[in-house]
Amino acid sequence: MNPYFVLGLLCIILLSLGAWQQKKKAALYEISWGAQIIKTITGRSFCLQLAGFAAFVGLWHVTVVTFSLPWFNRLPGPWECLLEWLSPDPDYGVSIYTKDYYTHILYSTYRATLAFALATVLGVAFGLMMGWSKKFYDYSFPLVELIRPIPPLAWVPLAILVLPGIEPAVIFVTFMVAFFVTALNTLLGVQSIDENYFRAAKCLGAGKKRLLMDVVLPGSMPFIFTGLQISMGAAWFSLVAGEMIAAQYGLGFLIWDSYSLIQYPVIVIGMVTLGLVGWASSAIVRSIGRKLMTWRERELSESGMGG
Amino acid sequence: MQTIEESIKTKKIPNHGNDSFDTKVKQGALSIKNVGKIYDPEGVHVEALANCSMEIGAGEFVAIVGPSGCGKSTLLNIMAGFDNLTQGEILLDKEPLATIDQPPSPGPDRVVVFQSGALFPWKTVLENVIYGPVTQGGMSIAKASLRAKEMLSRVGLKGIEDSYPGQLSSGMQRRVEITRALINNPKILLLDEPYRAMDTVTKGASHQYLLELYDLTQKTIFFITHDLDEALYLSDKVHIMTSRPGYIKKSLAVELPRPRNLSMLTSKEFMEMKAELVEAVHEEAIKAFKAGEREMA
Repeated sequence: MNPYFVLGLLCIILLSLGAWQQKKKAALYEISWGAQIIKTITGRSFCLQLAGFAAFVGLWHVTVVTFSLPWFNRLPGPWECLLEWLSPDPDYGVSIYTKDYYTHILYSTYRATLAFALATVLGVAFGLMMGWSKKFYDYSFPLVELIRPIPPLAWVPLAILVLPGIEPAVIFVTFMVAFFVTALNTLLGVQSIDENYFRAAKCLGAGKKRLLMDVVLPGSMPFIFTGLQISMGAAWFSLVAGEMIAAQYGLGFLIWDSYSLIQYPVIVIGMVTLGLVGWASSAIVRSIGRKLMTWRERELSESGMGG
Repeated sequence: MQTIEESIKTKKIPNHGNDSFDTKVKQGALSIKNVGKIYDPEGVHVEALANCSMEIGAGEFVAIVGPSGCGKSTLLNIMAGFDNLTQGEILLDKEPLATIDQPPSPGPDRVVVFQSGALFPWKTVLENVIYGPVTQGGMSIAKASLRAKEMLSRVGLKGIEDSYPGQLSSGMQRRVEITRALINNPKILLLDEPYRAMDTVTKGASHQYLLELYDLTQKTIFFITHDLDEALYLSDKVHIMTSRPGYIKKSLAVELPRPRNLSMLTSKEFMEMKAELVEAVHEEAIKAFKAGEREMA
């Protein structure tokens, strides 16, 4: 039996289940874990998400395998890629059972994490300084605006020339992009703080240092975390670009290498893995943000419930 | 634990040993002398205040009314230390607070409660209230917390210490903000239209709360509003400010006994005072309106 037919049928069943669930609209506030999982699976939005995936994979299958359209006929089909990915004995040497696969993931994750961490520490500090001191802003902002539009790949030659070895160069390129995103969002965050919070803190006896710690930093936190999520994404895309040009390991390298070696399913495996790792890293940043901004979470969750 | 009413009767509130609610030594007398404020003296010449004078006795509750944009907030900002003046001087308890040579700076002796509220949304109610004493270095966190909890429970806010301001109603937020101001034992409380955006019911309750606190603490209160009922109901004296440049055109002593109660809002005296006030304010409002028309043309 065609697996796509089964998948499609499943989607339709779940969708109608979801619509039915929507009608019931049971007001459940405290439900068990199991019930929550069932509710999510049968929920309307989950079904729609699934349908979105199915449509994408279906389109892929139809264009590449079923009709083998002129431009698409050299691409691997979804089923082929999935089998390769899950195969204990992969044709091209990369699957979830091989050590190489995890080495690539580890290298990329290490580079992205290091660059992201550096960019976060320096970017937040830089952004706070720009928002905090008019003088520093005047010094640095035009320069930042001039350097920021330079695409990450344009930095690669200079980075290789200046830095010792290829590894730091790739990390530097990744860092640059994440840094500017973080710095600018932090600056926006500082500028968004209501003047009255500064005034209130001054009334209550806060000096410059306390203002920075008690008003500027927490006040710009929502913007900082929005920036961090964007910078996480930016870090991944410039990292992969960097790895394609200059690296021995990493998912970017894997994708480019597979292209040269005509191992097309591996390209897809690399891309899907990038998607998953990128999504996971964003989720981590989001959850840290939630932890740090309990006040915002509670405010949002209770708005609309009156007070 | 005493309730507010009991505290009012005995005019005393137990505290941690200093004179935080001491009403024996009256502080916070203000003399505002010929204060003028010109914005941007080099470019566009905007005269916000000119020859603005008034005397505020220690422990007096004064309300300032006037058309929008007349300079009420400018005066408050100068007193709070957010802005400087360009003419005249302000004395606080006979000491110069703001002169042309000595620009004022904000401090815990003059705490502002803002129109839109300025509780730090990222701090809990308790952290907000203890912010002043802890930041000024006068109190340990533990000691300040103890005192803050005591004050909060005294003003009917027990049990919300760990909530964030965003979880509270606007009425409760203002109460917390006033408590955050009072814990510093300020000489004067500056209120910049704190009840402006409130619905009538919440506003009424907030008025009652403020009156109770005033009776309890006897602090000087400088209250900006353009709600005439509110001004009369709360204050000892209503000052009417002219449209720009602002100065005090007329002052009206409010001879209603304290503690105030709602029946006074419909009393004959109240109505007479209100009529007088409406006339004076209306004149200024028309002037401001016409001036606005000129600026637009």
